[in-house]
Amino acid sequence: MMTKRNMWLLAGLIALILAPLGQGNYVVYTLCSWLIFSMAAMGLNLTLGYAGQISLAQSAFMAIGAYTTALLTLPPAEDGVGGLGLHWLVAMPISVFAAFVVGLIIGFPALRVKGHFLAFVTLAFTTLTFLVLRNEDWLTGGTYGLVGMPRPDFGFFNTGKQLRFYYFTLAVFVVFCLLMWGIIRSPWGRAFKALRENSIRAESLGVDTRRITLLAFAIGSAAGGLAGSLVAPLVQFIEPGSFALVHSLKMLLMVVVGGAGFFFGPVIGAGVVILMPEFLRFTEGYYLMIYAATVIVLIIFCPKGLIGLGEIIRNKLRKDKKVRGDMDKGAQL
Amino acid sequence: MSNKVMSVSNVSKRYGAIQAVDDVSFDVYEGEILGLIGPNGSGKSTLFNCLLGQTRPDNGSVEINGHNASGLSPSKLNKLGIGRTFQQLSVFPEMTVLDNIILAGQEHHGSMFSRLFGAPDAGLTPEADRLIAFFRLEHLRDEMAGSLSYGQQKLLDAAMAFMAGPSIVMLDEPAGGVNLTMLGNFKERLRTFNKEHGTTFVVIEHNMEFVMSLCTRVLVLANGAIIAEGTPDEIMNNQMVIDAYLGG
Ligand SMILES: Nc1ncnc2c1ncn2[C@@H]1O[C@H](COP(=O)(O)OP(=O)(O)OP(=O)(O)O)[C@@H](O)[C@H]1O
Ligand SMILES: [Mg+2]
Repeated sequence: MMTKRNMWLLAGLIALILAPLGQGNYVVYTLCSWLIFSMAAMGLNLTLGYAGQISLAQSAFMAIGAYTTALLTLPPAEDGVGGLGLHWLVAMPISVFAAFVVGLIIGFPALRVKGHFLAFVTLAFTTLTFLVLRNEDWLTGGTYGLVGMPRPDFGFFNTGKQLRFYYFTLAVFVVFCLLMWGIIRSPWGRAFKALRENSIRAESLGVDTRRITLLAFAIGSAAGGLAGSLVAPLVQFIEPGSFALVHSLKMLLMVVVGGAGFFFGPVIGAGVVILMPEFLRFTEGYYLMIYAATVIVLIIFCPKGLIGLGEIIRNKLRKDKKVRGDMDKGAQL
Repeated sequence: MSNKVMSVSNVSKRYGAIQAVDDVSFDVYEGEILGLIGPNGSGKSTLFNCLLGQTRPDNGSVEINGHNASGLSPSKLNKLGIGRTFQQLSVFPEMTVLDNIILAGQEHHGSMFSRLFGAPDAGLTPEADRLIAFFRLEHLRDEMAGSLSYGQQKLLDAAMAFMAGPSIVMLDEPAGGVNLTMLGNFKERLRTFNKEHGTTFVVIEHNMEFVMSLCTRVLVLANGAIIAEGTPDEIMNNQMVIDAYLGG
């Protein structure tokens, strides 16, 4: 038996498999970066949308993932900055783990401060990461960054070509979604939501809110690390500017635009945020303004994002179906 | 009725110029239904919060089943077998009734590890369904808690305090905003729970009818201090209590 939801998922997957066929390199590249940013934004969605902890540090975690992977996979250099020449399959888990651990540490301020203050703390961390990447050039290549990260070769499947790299990214994306889905529907996911909705009540019901807050940060950051680990071989050139604060803000937008707390919200959000500048290119310099205005309008009129908007419309169309369960039993209450 | 399950000694809490809780000591005995009454602002909720790790008292200590429980976090106290509600409605509005109830029990099952890799419901759906039925919320099981009426949310809020099989349940104004028929039902539910599981209750309530017909013993708080203690009958005929309530 196939549920309606699974049909949609299957349709989505088929669409993702067919999407790059017959397209030029640039479109395939854009699709890759859409999937990668989707993963980072889904991680942020766990931290922000599910657990209710704001973070402006997601680009810093992408940086941690990207630089770690770059340094581990680049071939050793005779002069200048070189790497260890390890395979991506080794570098990726180390990168994800590094982001997880740093995320755990960044979670500690969240135990003390909330809302705007937490935004500032995480913003400061993003800036700090940027400065470290720029100034420690013996390790990071400074403003010149790191160049020439190899794309993983799995023997039977070399991801050197753009299309192959896309399918590699898609495979990682699918596995990632399954893992995230597992976390969200586990008791941990329930505890994340409880933390968001009423942390005091959650604590009184035995939820260790300290631990759950730290985990929300760490897991969300690990997803950022994974995305970074894919950015390095996709772009094959990373520099501090690729992970500046503006990218954290972008990912925040992806979550908000798609609908915070909806599982696939960030995928839609990432699509909009990445593709909209392309569509608005004809407006030349004005596209950023149009873009910003659209986002503001969306946040005011549709705080639950595009998925939330879809739900509202769907409920309007099927009003008869949505009768509250107690209405017909009112008399007994 | 001689087993002490909770022992409170000299608990005080001051907010600025207000002595919210003033050197309060009392014991709670196994299986009793202890009422805690007093005028608005007499310190009942603050006392609860001091005992349950929500607020740090300036002074005093709490023992639970003979072990020092002062300074423990609310979640630790919950794990020690104390279920509670807050005076303000506290459900998780964007989770279903079922998820609210499962959440209230999941941290008592398995380990951190099994809660990630085990069953999504931590194996608690049957138990949650029994509790939901016990509080007559079956028809609302899959509704978002936030879409329930105030009284229904109040009932759900109380039900959550029971999910982990607590030995002591502390309720802060469970009857507030609940209609009479439902209130009668609720009182029956508490009694049944008390009889069948030997659960001890401490109940803050303004509804005198409710307190006097439910509780086996009543404490009266005024200006943060205990001014009377006794059976419902004794309390209703106590001049000090009558004065405290009528503007003494
Ligand atoms: N966080 C706080 N900060 C300052 N004052 C507080 C705080 N909490 C309680 N108080 C004060 O302590 C006193 C006792 O309040 P508390 O809520 O415990 O009373 P209560 O007996 O529960 O009253 P009610 O029956 O109205 O719920 C009040 O004067 C209140 O203003
Ligand atoms: Mg109160």
